Amino acid sequence: MRQRRFEVFNRPGSSDIHGRDVLSDIRELGIDSVLEVQSARVFLIDGEFDDEFSRRIASELLSDAVCEDYYIGKSSAPAGLAKATIIEIHLKSGVTDPVAESVMTAIEDMGAKCAAVRTARKYMLFGEISEKQLKKIVRRLSNDCIEVVVIGTDAEPPSPHIAPYKLEVKTLELTTLNDAQLEQLSKKMDLFLNVVEMKTIQNYFKSISREPTDIELEALAQTWSEHCVHKTLKSSVDFDFDGKKIHFDNLIKETIFKATKDLNKPWCISVFQDNAGVIEFDETDAVCFKVETHNHPSALDPYGGAATGIGGVLRDPMGTGLGAKPIANTDIFCFAEPDKSFDEIPRGVLHPKRIAKGVVAGVRDYGNRMGIPTVNGAIFFDDRFLGNPLVFCGNVGIMPKDKCFGKAEIGDLVMVVGGRTGRDGIHGATFSSGAMTHEHESIFSHAVQIGNAITEKKVLDTLLTARELELYDAITDCGAGGLSSAVGEMGAELGAEVELEKIPLKYAGLNYTEIWISEAQERMVIAVKPEKLEEISKIFSDENVEATVIGRFTGDKKLTLKYAGTRVGQLDMEFLHDGLPKYSRKASWRGKKLSEPANESKDNFNDDLLKILSTYNVASKEWVIRQYDHEVQGGSVVKPLGGVTNDSPNDAAVVKPKYDSDKGIAIGCGINPLYGDIDPYWMALAGIDEAIRNIICVGARPDRIALLDNFCWADCKKEENMGSLVRASQACFDGAMGFDVPFISGKDSLNNNFICDDGTEISIPATLLISAMGIVDDVNKCVTADLKSAGNLLFVVGVTKNELGGSHYYKTKKQLGANVPQTDLKIAKLTAEKIHEAIDAGVIASCHDCSEGGIAVAMAEMAFAGGIGIEADLRGLPKIDDCTSVAAQLFSESCSRYIVEVEPKNYNVFCKFMLGVPFGQIGKAVKDKKLVIKNSQGKTVVDAEIDILKDAWQKPLKW
Amino acid sequence: MVKAIVLRAAGINCGLETQYALELSGAEAERIHINRIIESPDVLEDCQIVVIPGGFSYGDDVAAGKILANQIIHHLSDRLRAFIDAGKLVLGICNGVQVLVKTGILGKVSPESKQQITITNNDSGKFEDRWVYLQPGSKKCVFIDPERRIYLPIAHGEGKVVFENEEVFEKIKSDDRITFRYVDENGNFGDFPVNPNGSTDSIAGLCDSTGRVMGLMPHPERYVRGTQHPHWTRLKDKSRADGRTIFDNAVKYVKENLL
Repeated sequence: MRQRRFEVFNRPGSSDIHGRDVLSDIRELGIDSVLEVQSARVFLIDGEFDDEFSRRIASELLSDAVCEDYYIGKSSAPAGLAKATIIEIHLKSGVTDPVAESVMTAIEDMGAKCAAVRTARKYMLFGEISEKQLKKIVRRLSNDCIEVVVIGTDAEPPSPHIAPYKLEVKTLELTTLNDAQLEQLSKKMDLFLNVVEMKTIQNYFKSISREPTDIELEALAQTWSEHCVHKTLKSSVDFDFDGKKIHFDNLIKETIFKATKDLNKPWCISVFQDNAGVIEFDETDAVCFKVETHNHPSALDPYGGAATGIGGVLRDPMGTGLGAKPIANTDIFCFAEPDKSFDEIPRGVLHPKRIAKGVVAGVRDYGNRMGIPTVNGAIFFDDRFLGNPLVFCGNVGIMPKDKCFGKAEIGDLVMVVGGRTGRDGIHGATFSSGAMTHEHESIFSHAVQIGNAITEKKVLDTLLTARELELYDAITDCGAGGLSSAVGEMGAELGAEVELEKIPLKYAGLNYTEIWISEAQERMVIAVKPEKLEEISKIFSDENVEATVIGRFTGDKKLTLKYAGTRVGQLDMEFLHDGLPKYSRKASWRGKKLSEPANESKDNFNDDLLKILSTYNVASKEWVIRQYDHEVQGGSVVKPLGGVTNDSPNDAAVVKPKYDSDKGIAIGCGINPLYGDIDPYWMALAGIDEAIRNIICVGARPDRIALLDNFCWADCKKEENMGSLVRASQACFDGAMGFDVPFISGKDSLNNNFICDDGTEISIPATLLISAMGIVDDVNKCVTADLKSAGNLLFVVGVTKNELGGSHYYKTKKQLGANVPQTDLKIAKLTAEKIHEAIDAGVIASCHDCSEGGIAVAMAEMAFAGGIGIEADLRGLPKIDDCTSVAAQLFSESCSRYIVEVEPKNYNVFCKFMLGVPFGQIGKAVKDKKLVIKNSQGKTVVDAEIDILKDAWQKPLKW
Repeated sequence: MVKAIVLRAAGINCGLETQYALELSGAEAERIHINRIIESPDVLEDCQIVVIPGGFSYGDDVAAGKILANQIIHHLSDRLRAFIDAGKLVLGICNGVQVLVKTGILGKVSPESKQQITITNNDSGKFEDRWVYLQPGSKKCVFIDPERRIYLPIAHGEGKVVFENEEVFEKIKSDDRITFRYVDENGNFGDFPVNPNGSTDSIAGLCDSTGRVMGLMPHPERYVRGTQHPHWTRLKDKSRADGRTIFDNAVKYVKENLL
């Protein structure tokens, strides 16, 4: 067999986009000596064909006839450019290479066969580069988890051959170990189990009188990981609240779950039990919603981590009930501020700009390829996210109401569908349950999974067909914990037997434990009746989807793992799922002694307004949003960007999931860790208020809203962190009850702290993301935030209080303050209802949420969105007595406030709707393209052209 | 009855809304996987319109649309040629255009030459989702209203139309094969973002010499109801839906000429 090498270059004159990107990546590393980068694609093809046919492959398949050239063989550096450094990046032996697979199929389509194809990227860097710089560049351009870098023209790529695996069952001595040895073992195996848990496992094996195998310990570690069972939120807590003692037997059950239970909404179909929370959409369909985090992987490999974050959360709706169809994505990120020099970045940490770009690209490529619109999101910047960025990926799915529940039965076959299993993503669940350190990059590089969206799309298409034909009984996704979690959960009440050697592998050499715990992507597990096997298998094979029977559900309530006939592990399902010892935690909260900064008395606040508009948190995210396909599936109604030039903010997204119905779903979110720096209780309530407010603004029904919680906290073994978690949980209960809105699903990611090489620790701020999904009865009534017409009246609904604590006004002055916005739940709920009634009646022309930057920022956004001006007078602002300073009136971030535009002819009707809630006319929309705000003495305090305001808002993230 | 096939293949992801758009315009549309069409190409006999919708066919491995184009060249080219020669219609949208160009159906000016036109990376180097105005150019293309400027979204990273040389470009122009050009709302040409990808001569769509095969980078199926407009809440006429014209014209043509 002859191997041929093909290189494909851009033809001179056509632009080399990849080379350009790499050059800018290198510049971002602070290396200026590289002057130019040329890129090439490399294909290594083994096949029995002649030179003529290889020229055909090169010209007809591999290269573009118009803008690319090819070279068969190994090209040398262009003449005269002696200082070129050549880097080739190959995939490691065995790593799935989808391009190679496509090329093989394509060569077959051309009428020949080839034995193997491998692909690589080649870069020629022109300019002086030191050894050290080259190392940095290589690290930037490649992922050493999956790739090998070959430098120079003479070096050879790695051999693709891997030795096959020979079974060797590994038994560990456990029953005789003492506490210290147990801890050591946990550490050595990266189990992340504490000594109490290790002892519980020890006792179990003592009781069955044998030692465990490695696969048994690994399966337990995964099932019991923080990531999979949320042991902290479920723990019993002794809470010391400013000296007052409060006890919880089970924190989450007595707060978030309790609210949902007490509210007992008949339209909640499935809450906190399946992969996503499910509520009723209309008579025939249900919608489900799930938000996950993928923080630690995104810190190591922003692109891969975020891509598999979105890929993973998509499998949640796909694995809910009997499978939902994903219809919308939401993505919320927390990064450190991007304008940093490299000296400020601790060792083992990627630059925040690189993280931001990589994360966005990962979400973009996976979401766009899957054909799911990314419609909603937010980015919050704070330097405490430096070593520990947060990546929240969410998805809404739709499914028929009679497909909301699935259940495996005894005798059903266990079938794995989709991607093959590889060594990627091993220990993801356990790894994400611990703190990050500067060494994680090398130790846990294998924890990053590798995604392939097209595989997942094929799986989705075929599964939906199989679902309609009722060919399987249950479905779940392989997420954290891989097959171990998926099969373990599906068979929890039945028992299951799995033959591990049957699981299709990406490459040879995996041992049985690696197969079982791998978190390789794009895999779903279904339970299939033997008599339906043939029919369902045909559906998969018809569309080139791999599906394999790997075991069966037994009824013996045991998890039995075999490899080629040898039993390698067996655990009682009861112990696996219920054996985890109950946690108890201590928590404490002391009210912080904070004070308000001195009042600033000044006449003009233009600069403050411009500064707030230019903070990264408030600034336009257009650079990100445009890279996401937010319109695929054709369901968009309110898009992430709107206004007269389609580039201004909307409060929430609305999608219309069914062609034959005008019903829609509104999706919004609330997040503000700055308030948590003062009090996480009020942060959580403000988050709930904001998420609800956002979707109310576009037209959602207040009585059909469901919430999700995502807690990202630092080390909760510390009493004060646990205390702040308790405070936030209490607020979730109060908020849900107060708004009469249930939580339907949630997820937590604790231990988000980074330990630097000098031992200093960077903890993230307590961060609670609240996501809200609401039903819109008629999308034709939706409202957007842009001002519609000069002459219309402008109202503020809701009270402005002296609440600048944690505000962006203070943030621009590097202050925190003390007066955090405190949601008045009674008024908040009533206001949301009244606004909705008015929107439903069609008397609201535009409606915008008041959040970061207060009414001043909200009015500025409405004005430039509509391309017209505003004349406002703070005398009309509903406020409480101590809200006297102009700064507070303009920038206070008090909750439950809306700015509403009303046509003069609707004045009376609108006012009638607002009876019972505080509201006031603050001004009107005007032709003159200026935002002019007068204080209560009639003096002008803001006077700015809307173009200047918009420019300030657009500039910071125009990357 | 006007019948349409909407092609399915790994990575195609705009099939459902394209099917819906065709149905709205009165066609009976079915989504069929390429594997089934290769197995039994006779399905093409029963329909008058084939649409290759948008997405990322085969992950856009090697280049956008390339693998699917290769598959069509080697398994379906005669049948597809016969379909076109029978006077029937083919529409490629977004990834579908990339496929049609790379099969050569839209990608060359003389049948015996190799591919002479291609679609490559946007000048911005990025995937972009934004709305664009399109000025109709061709009088022979059956899909378009020559007098109506339309507004549609694009969502692509590779949409820049490039010609092998000036002669090819001139031939395309003289043959009246440019169906749409990116313009601003007043009909003027411009740089980014008016021309969102740096396409030669602001080209957004091309047809073949018959005018019955069209490729269009923007997505007409994403503007078939009023509330898909990016700022429909500002519009007086909320029922306008420019994308409909493409499908309406196709269905009308079939009714008038092929049934």
